[in-house]
Amino acid sequence: MAERRTIRNDLLARVEGEGALLVQIAGGQVADVKLKIYEPPRFFEAFLRGRAFTEAPDITARICGICPVAYQMSSVQAMEQICGVQVDGQLRALRRLLYCGEWIESHALHVFMLHLPDFLGHESAIELATHDRELVSRALELKKVGNELMTVVGGREIHPVNVRVGGFYRAPRKRELTALVDRLERAREVALEAVEITAGLDFPDYEHDYELVCLAEPDEYPIDRGRIVSNRGLDIAVAEYDEHFVEEHVEWSNALHSRVVGRGSYLCGPLARFSLSADRLSPMAREAASEAGLEAEERNPFRSIVVRSVELVYAADEALRLIADYEEPDAPAVPVEPRAGVGYGCTEAPRGILYHRYQLDADGTILDAKIVPPTSQNQKAIEEDLRGVVERSLDVPDDELTLLCEQTIRNYDPCISCATHFLKLEIARS
Amino acid sequence: MHLVRDPLPQARDRAILKVIGIGNPWRRDDAAGLAAARRLQEILPADVDVREEAGEPTALIDALDGADAVWLVDAVSSGVEAGTVHRVDASQRALPAELFAPSTHHFGLAEAIELARALGRLPRTAVAFGIEGSTFEAGDGLSPPVDAAVGEVAERVRAEVAAWTGAP
Repeated sequence: MAERRTIRNDLLARVEGEGALLVQIAGGQVADVKLKIYEPPRFFEAFLRGRAFTEAPDITARICGICPVAYQMSSVQAMEQICGVQVDGQLRALRRLLYCGEWIESHALHVFMLHLPDFLGHESAIELATHDRELVSRALELKKVGNELMTVVGGREIHPVNVRVGGFYRAPRKRELTALVDRLERAREVALEAVEITAGLDFPDYEHDYELVCLAEPDEYPIDRGRIVSNRGLDIAVAEYDEHFVEEHVEWSNALHSRVVGRGSYLCGPLARFSLSADRLSPMAREAASEAGLEAEERNPFRSIVVRSVELVYAADEALRLIADYEEPDAPAVPVEPRAGVGYGCTEAPRGILYHRYQLDADGTILDAKIVPPTSQNQKAIEEDLRGVVERSLDVPDDELTLLCEQTIRNYDPCISCATHFLKLEIARS
Repeated sequence: MHLVRDPLPQARDRAILKVIGIGNPWRRDDAAGLAAARRLQEILPADVDVREEAGEPTALIDALDGADAVWLVDAVSSGVEAGTVHRVDASQRALPAELFAPSTHHFGLAEAIELARALGRLPRTAVAFGIEGSTFEAGDGLSPPVDAAVGEVAERVRAEVAAWTGAP
């Protein structure tokens, strides 16, 4: 087949932010694949300079309306490291609880509203709702529980205002949290149904041998802290991130591409977390994963929708555990005094690891900031998947191939606004 | 169990009317819908449920629940003269996406309305007013043409509510 084909989509739908895709096929082979992130760069790192260390959680939260908690958690972790402060006990538990709210909100949105329509052949969640009103109603119910958790712990459902370096401005009362128990139990049921529904979908036959990168903790599923590990033997402290990962500019993207030094692309997010920490899920989430037939090391990116559903079960389950164990702390925060130094933070945003590094002077002024969001880190893996998927589907007509490419991108739940601090689709056959 | 969680609506002899102003108070003209809601709070009968929303779609769909009629006011940016008032009867047709679907982070109002329609949760009467803004930069305070348009929309909503209820 010597024809030249161009498959393109100039404005990708059902992803967060603005980007495009270009695939060029020449002589029956994939000549080029570019995920073009044209949403303008947002310069957050630059305007953090000169601000007080205490402002970082609220400023960086504004990078994303879907994962603000991730930004807050990575930034406070870095600041607390510089200031020599440990936030443990119930304050740490509250942070994990807040993060569970974000996972529920973000995963429910992606699984049902953004990703599921691809598998069921619907153009949008609205079309899905006209075919299955009950399913979409349950999805909204699930997302709402995430919103409520964010509101009770974070003070607001989007861009929470209650997080500070050292802890919180106000710790919730026990009764405010126990009031959420019934709805969280219902959310966990809906999440279990989501695992069952997604496990029964038809998945494109595609696997890739990824380097999977995520956080790891000895006794818990990674969310709010941990060492950075991979299935290729990486096992480092967060402070060593810059020695093992580099960012580079490519002309077709306003988001920097990341790679592992000496190796190349890697994948972060649900597939990585599940593959490396499935044994640390709660028994209920583990059983749901097992019944869904997930592999010990999941390499089919389309099955990320099942893994996200399992993580929804876990987030609801973990929130219930944290609430049951909650005791109101004596103070909502521990005192923090600024000091000069460099600090590092890394937490598991719903779409993967989010790395922050800050340098402060002695009075706590930010001298330098570096933020590496998960979608930047996944760009290379997304392009490799697109190449792999298109290579297996060269005889598919352009319109179907375009849809398949979009679905491949949505496997990553990309957050383009985060990545530019980052989608359009273009397939060129020539 | 279903009945415990979702009791049947109380028997009522009067219709439930809602006005929902949507916007961000810290992005200048984006606050037009909120400003309209505040004026309407003062001039509408006390039994009309007037509320302010940030535009988060699930919260918006929840806010529609139970209403027999709803009037929504939001700021729009379609490129026409600032202060221009757009009116769409959403019970008759979908909101034009070029007016009401501006957000990349979330569904816009147009999608929230269509999702509510698909879910059978759109009130029988649903009217959307869009106020064309000119400045959406950080800060508070409406631009003069938008401020004037807020007054106009408040008066038009008041008249439509009165006509709906048959009040003089």
